[in-house]
Amino acid sequence: MIPITIDGQPVEGKEGENILQVALDAGFDIPHLCYNENVKPYGACRLCLVEVVRRGRSRMTTACTYPVMEGIEVLTQSEKVLRARRMIMELILAMCPGDKLIQDMAKQMGVEQVRFKKDDNKDCILCGLCARVCDEVVGAHAISFAFRGDRREMVPPFLGEAMNCIACGACVVVCPVDVIRMKEEGDERTIIRWKRTLKMKQCKVCGNYFAPWFQLEKFKERAKLPKDFFDVCFTCRG
Amino acid sequence: MGRLSSPQELEKYREGIRRRRDPHQAFITVCGGTGCHASGCHAVVDAFKKVIQEKAKGNGVGLRVTGCHGFCERGPLVVLHPQKVLYQRVKPEDAPKIFEETVLNGKIVESLLYEHPTTGEKIVSEEEVPFYKKQMRIIFGNNGSIDPAQIEDYLAVGGYQALCKALFSMKPEEVIREVKKANLRGRGGGGFPAGLKWEQCRNAPGEIKYVICNADEGDPGAYMDRSLLEGNPHSVLEGMIIGAYAIGAHEGYVFVRHEYPLAVVNIGIAIQQARELGLLGKEILGSGFSFDVQISRGGGAFVAGESTALMATIEGNVGEPRAKHIHTVISGLWDRPTNLNNVETWANVPLIIDRGADWYTQIGTEGSKGTKIFSLVGKVNNTGLVEVPMGITLREIVYDIGGGIPGGKKLKAVQTGGPSGGCIPESLIDLPVDFDRLTEVGSMMGSGGMIVMDESTCMVDVAKYFMNFLKDESCGKCTSCREGTRRMHEILMEITEGRGTLDHLDLLEELGWVTAEASLCALGGTAPNPVLSTLRYFRDEYKEHILNKRCPAKVCRALLKYRILSDVCTMCGRCAKACPVEAISGKVKTKKEKGIPFKIDEQKCIKCGMCFESCKFEAIEVQ
Repeated sequence: MIPITIDGQPVEGKEGENILQVALDAGFDIPHLCYNENVKPYGACRLCLVEVVRRGRSRMTTACTYPVMEGIEVLTQSEKVLRARRMIMELILAMCPGDKLIQDMAKQMGVEQVRFKKDDNKDCILCGLCARVCDEVVGAHAISFAFRGDRREMVPPFLGEAMNCIACGACVVVCPVDVIRMKEEGDERTIIRWKRTLKMKQCKVCGNYFAPWFQLEKFKERAKLPKDFFDVCFTCRG
Repeated sequence: MGRLSSPQELEKYREGIRRRRDPHQAFITVCGGTGCHASGCHAVVDAFKKVIQEKAKGNGVGLRVTGCHGFCERGPLVVLHPQKVLYQRVKPEDAPKIFEETVLNGKIVESLLYEHPTTGEKIVSEEEVPFYKKQMRIIFGNNGSIDPAQIEDYLAVGGYQALCKALFSMKPEEVIREVKKANLRGRGGGGFPAGLKWEQCRNAPGEIKYVICNADEGDPGAYMDRSLLEGNPHSVLEGMIIGAYAIGAHEGYVFVRHEYPLAVVNIGIAIQQARELGLLGKEILGSGFSFDVQISRGGGAFVAGESTALMATIEGNVGEPRAKHIHTVISGLWDRPTNLNNVETWANVPLIIDRGADWYTQIGTEGSKGTKIFSLVGKVNNTGLVEVPMGITLREIVYDIGGGIPGGKKLKAVQTGGPSGGCIPESLIDLPVDFDRLTEVGSMMGSGGMIVMDESTCMVDVAKYFMNFLKDESCGKCTSCREGTRRMHEILMEITEGRGTLDHLDLLEELGWVTAEASLCALGGTAPNPVLSTLRYFRDEYKEHILNKRCPAKVCRALLKYRILSDVCTMCGRCAKACPVEAISGKVKTKKEKGIPFKIDEQKCIKCGMCFESCKFEAIEVQ
């Protein structure tokens, strides 16, 4: 175990863990949007900024990308940290002014007004969670960031249909601002943002459409399952 | 020539080259650098080839196309050796005359000489030209005399001597000690001590280590790394081999922009030639030390010059920086210990090893040793590449070397450090230029861009220009950098278009602080510099834009006001004809009719300036 202090309290972390993980487990409240414990930390949203004092030197860094190291002191509520977080929150709120979660977080951090032009036609906050889940958890590699600077976008390849997408909906679940939508109509499931529509398979027992064919084929292939494994839906299989 | 397998064989080979060359033999060098290419040096080279073929008839007049000499303003440059006569702005049709008069008869062609801008005196020798005189060209000097595609040229001027010394009379630790003692600081911008970096990389655990040469020069207007790679690639390569030996690396990469085609070709030729002579590859000069280099080409993203982004690019990933809590000297390229230095840093290494740290540390200031190459551009008479000792003042660079400001205008500021550098006001013109002084005044050394600005430059517009570049070139990963640069640019747009408020200034400062403090890499860390440094030194100019809706330098178009002085107006009607939006009304005066002085309707005016250009009587005023 690696001993560190967070806001003066002694805490222990494990080798390979990052500060955010340890702090959240220990009950500290650090705002974050692009972090999810199931994927590798990325450090895009910059909300989990903390001050880290190591060998007498203090610097601001994102807690999610900083590995726990013996003897570091972490300050999660210093004046500097709160000041920086507030401006970042304001910047995010300007990008995504209509989202409830963002509005609530901003309010909690004392961000009352947005001093920038609001991006009414943008919604995504470019946290990259959808692509990381798709790559690291699902393994479909269906989407990625394209372009750089202020033109950065999360898109399917060549801005067309995401041909690798299995319409599993993991991105839909993980998106913090809820801008990736899925709809099911008849025997079709669509992930609207990735322009991906797939035909669904019908359960031999109950007759419900339960998952896209393409997805089930991928699963069978990956897990080397018998041909008829997905003939029956998850519910009817008992 | 086969592979050389000992230092003695190299010396013998070098002696052979030198013996074959007569130091008194006449030869013509034509600058083949990028600047001279743009001004047509290719045709000049062809003209000389033709003349030599026709007239020299084998009596041994050499022609050499070299790398950049630095004095790009006056290109194409031709220097005649051994007298070192400099001819400037040479045209192809001058070649026969030069050959006839100077090469054959030793006479000077006066019309092609450089003329001193103030005294009008004609200067014959390259070394006497003020542009070169105050420089200290220890890194860049050989550019003008060697053909970059000939390893023999480099060997003839003592090339690979330092490598021999390092391999055969120094232990790796001793090489590191020497570089540390020389206090060589990274020329890519950060100024991190190179010796310390090497030592950390050498001591990092792991069998496989890499060295990288960062030639992803991306600052607008800066081209010193380009010129070094194009003009003297072996000096960079020799530095890398010495570094690899000191660190214990056996593989290296040169990461160079694809937009630098000549640099890519020349470093490729250099690598090939060094391999053939056994200066690169297995068992270098029979020493038992093996090292080889590959070229990796970049796609032109500014951010890919950041070390971790660069390594990601070599690995085949998107050029995005990552957190460096574990340094790249421990875990860099493919998670192996990696030492990355910039082109110019590598080119300093052979010099330090060859002449020793004691010699090297005599040049420069307390904290910054050696020389620095700057790309001197903007509103200055002599634009080009200049190599100066650290500690030289800005005044010496701008006035003595740069020859002052054209058109008798007044100097306003000097912008250093590339797009994320800062603007240094005229009041600090006597500032000694080194890493620490530049940082103290809110700018930075960066990779060596130096843009001179005169009174016709609007500092708010300058900040806007750089912010526009940075918002495009940020990788876009960190909210603070992507949104911060974008919003700063947006606010600067507001100010330059007359919608600024005083609150905007506070907001700019706050945004600047967050962008610098909260972003991951050095691009974000330095991105607000153009805004913060202009706010620091030119706040009044910002206020003038905001409070009086006026741009004192008359640059910000939306704030300009055109007015026709009715008492000066001759009622000729030219302006009204020139106006594309019919915003000017009046009546033309003829012999029969009296005419009415012309007037501009401010509501309709689009501030294009066409009327101003068209008026022959200076009757139109811009405010």
